[in-house]
Amino acid sequence: MSKGSFLSASIGRKFFMSITGLFLITFIIVHMSINLLLIFDDSGDLFNIAANFMATNPLIKVMEPVLALGFLVHIVWSVGITIQNMRARPVGYNKAIQSVNSTWASRNMFILGGLVLVFLGLHLFNFWWKIKIVGDPLLEHITVMQGGIPTEMENAYLLVSTLFKESIVYCLIYIAGGILLGLHVTHGFWSAFQTIGLNNQIWRKRFYVLANIIGWIFAIGFSVIPLYFMIKF
Amino acid sequence: MADKILNKLYIKVWRQNSPKEKGRFETYEIEDISQGSSFLEMLDILNDKLIRDGKDPIAFDHDCREGICGMCSLYINGRAHGPDREITTCQLHMRKFNEGDTITIEPWRAGSFPVIKDLIVDRTAFEQIQHAGGFVSVNTGGIPDGNAIPIGYDDAEEAMDAASCIGCGACVATCKNSSAMLFVAAKVSQLAKLPQGKVEAKRRARNMVAKMDELGFGGCTNTGACELECPKSISISHIARLNREYLTAKFSE
Ligand code: HEM
Ligand code: SF4
Ligand code: FES
Repeated sequence: MSKGSFLSASIGRKFFMSITGLFLITFIIVHMSINLLLIFDDSGDLFNIAANFMATNPLIKVMEPVLALGFLVHIVWSVGITIQNMRARPVGYNKAIQSVNSTWASRNMFILGGLVLVFLGLHLFNFWWKIKIVGDPLLEHITVMQGGIPTEMENAYLLVSTLFKESIVYCLIYIAGGILLGLHVTHGFWSAFQTIGLNNQIWRKRFYVLANIIGWIFAIGFSVIPLYFMIKF
Repeated sequence: MADKILNKLYIKVWRQNSPKEKGRFETYEIEDISQGSSFLEMLDILNDKLIRDGKDPIAFDHDCREGICGMCSLYINGRAHGPDREITTCQLHMRKFNEGDTITIEPWRAGSFPVIKDLIVDRTAFEQIQHAGGFVSVNTGGIPDGNAIPIGYDDAEEAMDAASCIGCGACVATCKNSSAMLFVAAKVSQLAKLPQGKVEAKRRARNMVAKMDELGFGGCTNTGACELECPKSISISHIARLNREYLTAKFSE
């Protein structure tokens, strides 16, 4: 296989976007499920146990660099695709009405993705940076009963809940982040299957519906967490 | 019922003398246009007036004027082939417009479709893509009995649907990425579905996509705009098939 040409061919690039995109979606499903534990147990034990499990699980340790690579490939190729697509029309239209033939999200995937990336930077700084690199006094170790055994772990719940309890601005930013990601996925999910070629007249409608459901589950799932802290505390 | 007469229209149109020249919009007034006339007839009337006034008529492509040749193009009021679905510009009628409207007419915009003059663009890029693989080169022998090769109804229908592409370029003009994927998908699909075409399917998909990229068309981001503006309603399911064909071809290299 002539690798060079596949990597830069229009469909080749899209192939990498779709595979990495779907991989990121599976990551998001796991991530969101764990985060939702934040609102089901105000003591924080449930979330801390899950976070501790994720932090110590060897499989997750292996997946961390893979995830980073997934993001990297998705982002680098998205820039390549976007540049190629902008170059393809050097002189634009004076008047173009696109709302009649395509969804807003589908036309603004790079902007949505870019904003998700900005959010991601902030999000990593808020939590990952503190948990993995510099530490934070809020993270002081606590002992949680796990299956009858007292286990020592970091109090990640306190770090997260404090951010949301103390800052409405952060709550709003996190709500926006969830919605932007959701919108990206309302197009991305079905688009990925189309790109891989796993689509036809029948499945097309199903993927469309599924993409909207998954997108909105992400948007709502991530937004209810800051909303919960805003309203309850 | 007699057709209504539009007393006055303003036609804002792209004028460009040569591929190199910069080009600009000019607005012309035109009077007494019947809503029953076609859009191209309206342009004919306007050109007649321009010639009588000693001006250069507007150059635009057209041939069959019945929606089958794909020559007429034009981006009218922000949409390929104007404000209607499943039609070419020659099938567009003035009843879609109202008294006093300003109608903006632009050429197809894509780096791979350079303007030749005014509203005429060079679409030979499509031919080049076809030459790269949009054919069957297996030896077919003498005239075979049409029934000798059984082809299922659904396959025949899908191949026919794909074959209805007239190569007009509205898909490229509409696509925010100037992608030619719908055109290429139609040309690949019309053969991929049939036994004679399957033989060279891999080579075809690979070469046509390579040519499409080489000619500077954008990539597909699946917005679906092309399908809705295509006069023949070529389905983007064919794009999924093209992706499938191309990826299988590439992975088996
Ligand atoms: C967790 C985060 C993300 C997820 C789950 C995600 C998911 C997806 C999926 C599934 C696709 C469809 C792939 C295809 O059609 O082949 C896609 C496309 C795309 N993504 Fe992302 N993405 C994420 C982050 C980003 C970021 C950070 C950027 C840019 C900086 C970005 C930019 C794009 C672009 C430009 C496309 C192509 C648009 C298209 O083909 O329609 N994405 N994304
Ligand atoms: S796919 Fe449709 S819009 Fe594109 S060239 Fe063929 S007929 Fe025209
Ligand atoms: S002039 Fe032939 S399709 Fe319009």
